[in-house]
Amino acid sequence: MGISFREVSHTYRPPRGRPVLALENVSLEVREREFLALLGPSGCGKSTLLYLLGGFLPVEAGTITVGGRPVSGPGPDRGIVFQSFALFPWKTVRQNILYGLEKQRLPRAAREKRAQDLIELVHLRGFENSYPAQLSGGMKQRVAIARTLAIDPAILLMDEPFGALDAQTRALMHEELLAIIRRTPKTVVFVTHDVREAVYLADRVAVMSARPGRIKEIVDTSFAGEHGSEIAGTREFAEKVERLWGLVRNEAIIAQERQGS
Amino acid sequence: MKATLTRYAPLLLLAVLWELAPRLGLIDPQTLPPLSAVVRAWVELLRDGDLATNGLSSLQNLVAGLALGIVVGVVLGISMAWYRPVEVLINPLIRVLYPLPRSALIPVMILWFGLGAASKIAAVFLGCLLPVVIGAFNGARGVEEVLIWSALAAGAKRHQVLWEVVLPAAMPEILAGVRNALALSFILLVAAEFIISQRGMGYLISSYGEGGAYDAMFAGVLTVSAVGFFADRLYLALMGWALRWRG
Repeated sequence: MGISFREVSHTYRPPRGRPVLALENVSLEVREREFLALLGPSGCGKSTLLYLLGGFLPVEAGTITVGGRPVSGPGPDRGIVFQSFALFPWKTVRQNILYGLEKQRLPRAAREKRAQDLIELVHLRGFENSYPAQLSGGMKQRVAIARTLAIDPAILLMDEPFGALDAQTRALMHEELLAIIRRTPKTVVFVTHDVREAVYLADRVAVMSARPGRIKEIVDTSFAGEHGSEIAGTREFAEKVERLWGLVRNEAIIAQERQGS
Repeated sequence: MKATLTRYAPLLLLAVLWELAPRLGLIDPQTLPPLSAVVRAWVELLRDGDLATNGLSSLQNLVAGLALGIVVGVVLGISMAWYRPVEVLINPLIRVLYPLPRSALIPVMILWFGLGAASKIAAVFLGCLLPVVIGAFNGARGVEEVLIWSALAAGAKRHQVLWEVVLPAAMPEILAGVRNALALSFILLVAAEFIISQRGMGYLISSYGEGGAYDAMFAGVLTVSAVGFFADRLYLALMGWALRWRG
């Protein structure tokens, strides 16, 4: 399913203090089965854009459509993975993965089978009955990904999913994510502030400006369909990273100066 | 084994002092009968059924008041966190009632419900209500937004989120509130039984005290303390099991 943002603005109203214009006139098209990265400095509203698409925040100005239909709330067509994992800590690995499947009204045997398949897919065999508190960060995020994949959403929303992981774990997770998407193609919207990560994973990278967030430029990073380690060492890869870093750097400086004041 | 011995050594010392002090004439045996006399009185109370009758009566009223307090408290606390109008309505009442000594309500309960079990249950219920409400409210309000969003994205309805996410996420604070309520329930029940002198452990203690049978009175006090202590231990063990996911 394709996604379309048209003239989307959003004002954040903190319980105390002045309202802040977080997004201003964002227009963006995401094609079906495309991997799009939203890249920008912290506080630029890229996560807000994702939450609006997820239906977690109300769309106040402009329209967001998924498969031609306006977003009016969360739904199982859009699965989400958060940086903080957001696992249910009182449920075991298996129970977490089963949660979405129970909502899908699948027969019990089919649910159990699918949960086990997903546990294998994210390499967590032997940890089915562990609680999230007993797992490492990388394992927790694999459970979160499995929980989201369980309901087979057409669209995968990822909010800096690997931001809390160490460098080695993050590199492994990149490979796993690409392998999973190759197996079950999806439309992915991936929020990150890591330039290399964006180029490594995405077909296109949308660079956002410092607050209020706008789409500054969209850069093609598809490398004729190749991704991950096949392209990481090439000169084109280095050039794309360089170019995007140039675009993002000014915005990061603006954001930082604003934070200091 | 040795650790247990060390932990309970002060209690053992206290028991020895309790026995010796009145026997050596350091304390008037009228003020504090020796422990052995208290134990003898306890066995006597057990034999003639006094302990069973009054203990059972107390236990029934305690469980009824506590259970009512937990159920109503959890529903109220979570509703306050989830529905803004409920919070606006209830929160000021809680702030006003919080510093009120709970036992001050016992005469009011007697006025409303008469001299019987209903008043005792009502007193325990009201005393237990606030800590449970506050625990449930804080727990439910502190639920991470991303947990609720994850459930909604998986296809959960709003009322399902309440049961499946908010309640279990609030459980650690609810259970901590219930532990406070458990301790308060003993205090309130015994206090109510002092006033509504018909049956129960409070009645047993006060009636033997007034009758001058101090060894039996102390036997009653010891029983209530021991039951309270073991109830708390048992509760802590159950709480640890219920929250085993916390790692």
